[in-house]
Amino acid sequence: MSAVMERRETPAATPVKARRSWLTRKTAPYVFISPFFILFAVFGLFPLLFTIYLSFHYWDPSTGLGGMKWVGFENFTFVLTDDWFHKSLYNTFWIALVSGVPQHLAAIPLAFFLHTRLSRWRNAVVGLYFLPFITSTVAISLVFTSLFSRDYGLINVLLTQMGQWEVAGLRPLSWVFPTENIDWNDPGYTKWVISFVVWWRYVGWNTVLYLSALQTIPKDLYEAASIDGASRRQQFWHITVPLLRPMMFLAITLSIIGNLQLFEEPFILTGGLGPGGTSIGGPDQAGKTAAMHMYATAYIESDFGTASAVAWLLFLIIAMMTWANNKAFKEKS
Amino acid sequence: MEKRIILDPGQWIAFMVVAVGAMIMLGPFYFMFVFATHSNTDILSVPPPVWFGGQFVANVQVLLEKLPYFWNNLGVSFYVAIITTALNLFFCSLAGYAFATYEFRYKNLLFMIVMSTLLIPPFLGMIPTTLIMTLFGWMNEPRALYLPMACSALGVFLMRQYISSAIPRELLEAARMDGCGEFATFRHIVLPLTGPAMGTLGLITFITSWNNFMTPLVVMRDMEMYTVPLALRALQGSGQVPWGAICAGSSIAVAPLLVIFILASRRLIEGMTAGALKG
Repeated sequence: MSAVMERRETPAATPVKARRSWLTRKTAPYVFISPFFILFAVFGLFPLLFTIYLSFHYWDPSTGLGGMKWVGFENFTFVLTDDWFHKSLYNTFWIALVSGVPQHLAAIPLAFFLHTRLSRWRNAVVGLYFLPFITSTVAISLVFTSLFSRDYGLINVLLTQMGQWEVAGLRPLSWVFPTENIDWNDPGYTKWVISFVVWWRYVGWNTVLYLSALQTIPKDLYEAASIDGASRRQQFWHITVPLLRPMMFLAITLSIIGNLQLFEEPFILTGGLGPGGTSIGGPDQAGKTAAMHMYATAYIESDFGTASAVAWLLFLIIAMMTWANNKAFKEKS
Repeated sequence: MEKRIILDPGQWIAFMVVAVGAMIMLGPFYFMFVFATHSNTDILSVPPPVWFGGQFVANVQVLLEKLPYFWNNLGVSFYVAIITTALNLFFCSLAGYAFATYEFRYKNLLFMIVMSTLLIPPFLGMIPTTLIMTLFGWMNEPRALYLPMACSALGVFLMRQYISSAIPRELLEAARMDGCGEFATFRHIVLPLTGPAMGTLGLITFITSWNNFMTPLVVMRDMEMYTVPLALRALQGSGQVPWGAICAGSSIAVAPLLVIFILASRRLIEGMTAGALKG
């Protein structure tokens, strides 16, 4: 009503002016940023706090909200003494290291090479290496499952052909390459396969991070060094590596945060859920990561309280590792 | 003045290593498309096919037998991704605009909160997300997928960076002097000038939503409402695995991303890493 009245009194005023009554220069920024904070409160913060609350309860969701029972730290003590949690944590760290360390060992020289040696084709090559990062993990993990299958998988075909390659009745490569198909589903290989796929997915991402750091290093440093007679290798070790330290810290931090919560790749590569969900993680659950353990505890065993405790313990571990990484980098410099 | 670069053997090796690496990166995609055009018998023969065949349509038929709702799933994926993108473009540019041009109390603190949310591991929200969606009655509803992702911290950051560098404050002042309201200034002055950033953010959001697996996994219960990654996962199981159909489905799932990537790889890479680099 009042809006209509106002408009009648000042016919010249535009509707825009009428709206200004509450969206002033002071209130507008708060209104404009509120969608983020409202959405975060509902779908981000509340879930976080609720997980804490839930981790102190026993709860099977089929009993409804009233079925929650306060159990104090019982969930945490159970998880901390649970062999399956230890095993999944061991798997997580194993995969995080075996995929994570080579990610950086490959990305740094690659970025250096692209930066110093390639100019015309640089973007195309960066694009090729980055492509795995944007593609659907599920789709590509399924393809890898096919490539790594035992009897017909392309990777076995390639490897065994190298192994069986004969020269004058001898098999010169048989000591490096297998002569028989490898069963990649074997518990001894599961983690290697997962680590390879994770490495494949993130090496381009790390390369891009390092490449962008390299581009900020002033060129005259290299020029001065080469005038002084430093070889390319010496330039790499004495200029590039030290100046890359901040980016190494950031990239390694991101790797720790990402690798310790691996879920999709191992989930798909180990066949998702077996019958009844029992075989999650593949044979001997060799590929079961902590995030998968949380998923299984919640959605297969319907034990949401314990699963919440797993989630928070894993979060604490990630936070501790990040902190340790921070400390290690600070002390060295 | 052209300088001929003469490579020593070490550099040749480096080139070779980079080339082989690029082949390893591309290989899985190549074989995904190749296998998508071959029957299962072909794929399971030794050696497997290395060039395209003519069985793509047949593979899609097998796929549709196994996943009768596949076209539906594709529709759900597109629907969710498009709405997520639209909401993100609107909300993130609005918030980014506020952080870029207004002075207000707690601005820095609030912005720090936005950025620090990037550090929260997604799996932490998995369990309560199920609960919230059950509570709201949003199980099996696309909104359970797009609303939680409707305003990303990375998006707010990207838009703030762009707006603060690309839009002169004088322009905004002039608009206000002419009697433009706060929202009208955004709508008529800022929005039309944010094109490039909108493009980058839109593509990133689309890709993220398209690839999202964890939320649909715990929220979508009926096969009809599955997104594409979830549907593809359902192909795994005991018995004869239909590799041809899986690769056909995967190709369809990856195709939109490849198109986007070919069109805008540079901007996309820069946008995706921006959060890590400047955050």
